[in-house]
Amino acid sequence: MIKDITLGQFFPGNTVVHKLDPRMKIILTIAYIVSIFLAKNMWSFIAVVASALLLVIVSKISFKTILKSMKPLIFVLAFTTFFNLFWTTGDVLLISFWKINIYLEGVVFSVMMILRITSLLVGTTVLLTYTTSPIMLTDALERLLSPLRLIKLPVHEFSMMMTIALRFIPTLVEETDKIMSAQKARGADFESGSLMRRAKALIPILIPLFISAFRRADDLATAMECRCYRGGDGRTRMTKLKLALRDFGAIILMAAFITGIVFLNLTPCPISM
Amino acid sequence: MSDTFIKVEKLNFSYTDDDGHDVPVLRDLDLEIEGGSLVAVLGHNGSGKSTLAKLINLILTPTSGKITVDGLDITSSELTEDQLFENRKNVGMVFQNPDNQLVATIVEEDIAFGPENLGVSSDEIRKRVDDALKTVGMTEFARHSPHQLSGGQKQRVAIAGIIAMMPKCIIFDESTAMLDPSGRREVMDTIIRLNREYGITILHITHYMNEAAMCDRVIVLNDGKVELDGKPTEVFSNVKLLESIGLDVPQTVEVLNELKIEGVNIEIDKLSVDECADEIMKLFGENK
Repeated sequence: MIKDITLGQFFPGNTVVHKLDPRMKIILTIAYIVSIFLAKNMWSFIAVVASALLLVIVSKISFKTILKSMKPLIFVLAFTTFFNLFWTTGDVLLISFWKINIYLEGVVFSVMMILRITSLLVGTTVLLTYTTSPIMLTDALERLLSPLRLIKLPVHEFSMMMTIALRFIPTLVEETDKIMSAQKARGADFESGSLMRRAKALIPILIPLFISAFRRADDLATAMECRCYRGGDGRTRMTKLKLALRDFGAIILMAAFITGIVFLNLTPCPISM
Repeated sequence: MSDTFIKVEKLNFSYTDDDGHDVPVLRDLDLEIEGGSLVAVLGHNGSGKSTLAKLINLILTPTSGKITVDGLDITSSELTEDQLFENRKNVGMVFQNPDNQLVATIVEEDIAFGPENLGVSSDEIRKRVDDALKTVGMTEFARHSPHQLSGGQKQRVAIAGIIAMMPKCIIFDESTAMLDPSGRREVMDTIIRLNREYGITILHITHYMNEAAMCDRVIVLNDGKVELDGKPTEVFSNVKLLESIGLDVPQTVEVLNELKIEGVNIEIDKLSVDECADEIMKLFGENK
């Protein structure tokens, strides 16, 4: 039943976006987020939306997947739109009845907010989670954050924990399934009754799950010790990350994009925030 | 071949239980394992066989006694941390549950874990990983995630992870116990190949008598001591003693032994099905 959980959805591929150095992708994503928040008027928003669409096309991720990923966002979008629409005041009154006043500025603001949030989500998922394997991501994070080791931050340990967590998610999901079946076979009922009852019914699943997780952790620690693990010091890596020409190309493109946004913000425009 | 690789002298190990009593697990154990040999260690639960394995790898420290591995006294109080890791590199260990030994989300990343810890250069790691994958016959699964593999395949990945560290000896701590029959065969074939083709010393701790029968030497532990030690045919001839300490004998020996008890004049030290059949056929030859 819970087999189809896909965490950090990754769609393997062979496009330029996939091939970019994961460290570069993290930096690019941050730059992209900044650029989205820089956008102030219609022209720059057109540029932002176009860039998000372009990313989707280049990465060959299907639009269906993108639309599906936006489903959980509907609530957030509705919420912000609601507040922006009814609470923004301005000069041009569009609709007014009873106590509700809707101004043109409010409409503009909500539309731009929707565009901003959706391109933010599309851009970051395409650049990072959809096109980078989780292990590449943790690896890149470890390398990017490695300077922080100087101030005694356990960067390697964090990334090791992430890797192990990712490794054990499917194992623990499988185990949960097994325990649930075992408890069901003994007459446990997870589906009926009040919310409180159903929450209580989960206890006989959680306890064995926790015990087994601790046992696994113990076993894994022993196995890691046997394989000479002694923390991040003196450890080498099999995969070498090397910046290619395309990585420099990407960063130049991103710099141009941000400059473009700033420039467009300064151009006179009938509609702006 | 005949050099002693592991030498255990007067080894004692005990732990303290919840009530504060000392529970002895190993008592004055003496043992010598030759380099390049394939040794099975048998014993019922609590006989101390897994403890012995963990002591050789210094996951546990002995209460008293001496263990020498590859000429290095690992129980010495002057053992440096580098020597400790050198010993762990020399003596690899494969455990029972294949799931609980794999660290990474991708097979080849996991195999690289050991050599990465040893500080081997990237190119060398790549080469070792490819070789190890080939040795266990898992090359085509290099980019798979462990949870997509069967138990036997996972265990082979775990073995590859050890091989990539280039150990001289591998201890299999009931590594076949959680596998189905086909998985067990896969792993057993790999173990035997590692010994025969690569000359790696193997200590195979197991519950399965037919696996022990495939080894060169069988050591039976009982109550923290060596009860029997010798060639499989010699050890399994002691049917009564084995049964008295709660162990089975291979099915072939059991059949022949039953016949012998019934008064049939027959030799019981036949471990393979073919040999057993031949032995029984001999009887019919005599009757004709």
